[in-house]
Amino acid sequence: MTVLAANGLATGLAAAGPPPLKLGTEPTLASFGYDPWWLIIIKVLVIFLFLMLTTLMAIWAERRILGRMQQRPGPNRAGKFGLLQSLMDGAKLALMEDIVPRGVDKVLFWMAPIVSVIPAFITFAIIPVGPIVSIFGQHTPLQLTDLPVAVLLALAMSSLGVYGIVLAGWSAQSPYSLLGGLRSSAQVISYEIAMGLSFVPVFLYAGSLSTSQIVRAQANGPTFHLFGAILHWPSWFAILLAPSFVIYLITMVGETNRLPFDLPEGEGEIVGGYHTEYSSLKFAMIQLAEYCNVITVSALATTLFLGGWHAFWPITVWSGANTGWWPVLWFLAKVLAFIFVFFWLRGSLPRIRYDQLMRLGWKVLIPVALGWTLIVATARVWRREGGSTGVYLVGALIVAVILVLLWTWEFAAQRRREQAEAEEAAAYVGPDGEPRPPAFPTPPMDLPHYHGAGQDGGTTHNGVKEVTGA
Amino acid sequence: MGHYVPILILAALATVFAVFSIIAGALAGPKRWNRAKLESYECGIEPTRQPAGIRFPVKYYLTAMLFIIFDIEIIFLYPWAVYFDKLGVFGLVEMVTFIATVLVAYVYVWRRGGLEWD
Repeated sequence: MTVLAANGLATGLAAAGPPPLKLGTEPTLASFGYDPWWLIIIKVLVIFLFLMLTTLMAIWAERRILGRMQQRPGPNRAGKFGLLQSLMDGAKLALMEDIVPRGVDKVLFWMAPIVSVIPAFITFAIIPVGPIVSIFGQHTPLQLTDLPVAVLLALAMSSLGVYGIVLAGWSAQSPYSLLGGLRSSAQVISYEIAMGLSFVPVFLYAGSLSTSQIVRAQANGPTFHLFGAILHWPSWFAILLAPSFVIYLITMVGETNRLPFDLPEGEGEIVGGYHTEYSSLKFAMIQLAEYCNVITVSALATTLFLGGWHAFWPITVWSGANTGWWPVLWFLAKVLAFIFVFFWLRGSLPRIRYDQLMRLGWKVLIPVALGWTLIVATARVWRREGGSTGVYLVGALIVAVILVLLWTWEFAAQRRREQAEAEEAAAYVGPDGEPRPPAFPTPPMDLPHYHGAGQDGGTTHNGVKEVTGA
Repeated sequence: MGHYVPILILAALATVFAVFSIIAGALAGPKRWNRAKLESYECGIEPTRQPAGIRFPVKYYLTAMLFIIFDIEIIFLYPWAVYFDKLGVFGLVEMVTFIATVLVAYVYVWRRGGLEWD
């Protein structure tokens, strides 16, 4: 690209020459697309190594943290603090036999791990890591690339990731794999809708789908005066659009098939789910894709809701916090915090049931996300254009519909409860006027056999009286 | 187009890495033939042969269809959200009408039990 521009052969954007890429400023969409080829290669390699290393470290950290949460040390033998554990596991997997069971669809069976890894890597291309910096004298934004539809790319890649899971489950021709693959695809597409809806208020506020512009929109909150001091309103969308953030937090766990939503690989029910039949490095690829997805959704959450690479409160006191290479540190801190939340959830919550999972996705998250989007839109029009009759009418309509739905829902739930209680009461036939037992009957503590009575003496076979302790 | 080239390079690198790893994994490991090992795993019992053309519950198919409806709704919402400030009250009324239309389908599916899993 640079060579072409230098020869004067390129047309359009490139012919206009690169815009002034001022050090330490917020990049705009026009700042992208001017990197020379060697810089693109460096950025690609850095992203690749970052994802690989973070995956290795995340697996180690997950096992150590889970260990601490369960009051055991976790892996601590390979290297200092067990730091080399994941690397050793990877090397071991590479040297294990690559089993391809009989009857599998060979082409799809080989393709599935590849198909799941590639989108997991691509999404990170649009994550902004810092402002414009100088790399070997070349001024460039700390982001591989940005598109006018960047977030759409992220969503598209998470959809493509489903193919890997479906193909893995389908091609293995084993019931466990098939069930895992089907469950997973249904779960991921269900949660993707709520995820997509939770982004809409963010785009409303940022006025763009480009990740760098969304970060830019969260740079400074509007100011207000309090006792002479100039203060900023919080500018993070996590605070301004808290319901969206909560919905995204739930859906990102569902999207990545992590506990408490890890039904596709629920060990107690379907062994390993879609990767039951995988071994060796094919299995490693599937694991790599899963952890890459965890890192990417965390980075996306940071970008869309936590102000991206901008410093957070106690650090913002220092005026140089958002200059130079420092933002990379703030970005990493936020992403690692999200990744920790994943491990924390895994250590704290049990797996939920599949019908509960689907009910949460379809009957709670989607309507809440839609309603919240409309409320945000109405409030925004009202703030910008003042209250006209149209706005008030629409607002009243939305509130009325939400109230009616809530009322219907509550009414139906109450009726179901009463019906269930009535059925239970009808089903119970008490022997002559005894009081109704509690909902979960426990046997009384003085049953005869507790005392050795009614058990024919309670003797063992060689005639010695058994000591029951009662 | 300069915006998309880096993505293609990243995709190429990921592809090369994944393909290389899988081929290397297949070549590096030992190969010891064993009839039982090559059966698909079913907790130790003799695996049932899967019938040609695997059958699965129709619920999953239904979920996929519902997903398409709502995904298209989302695709309409994104450009609307980006240009919302320029559209003003008109955009709001239009979107409320659109969402209300989809909501009718949603309520219908809910009442017919399309969202129930058992």
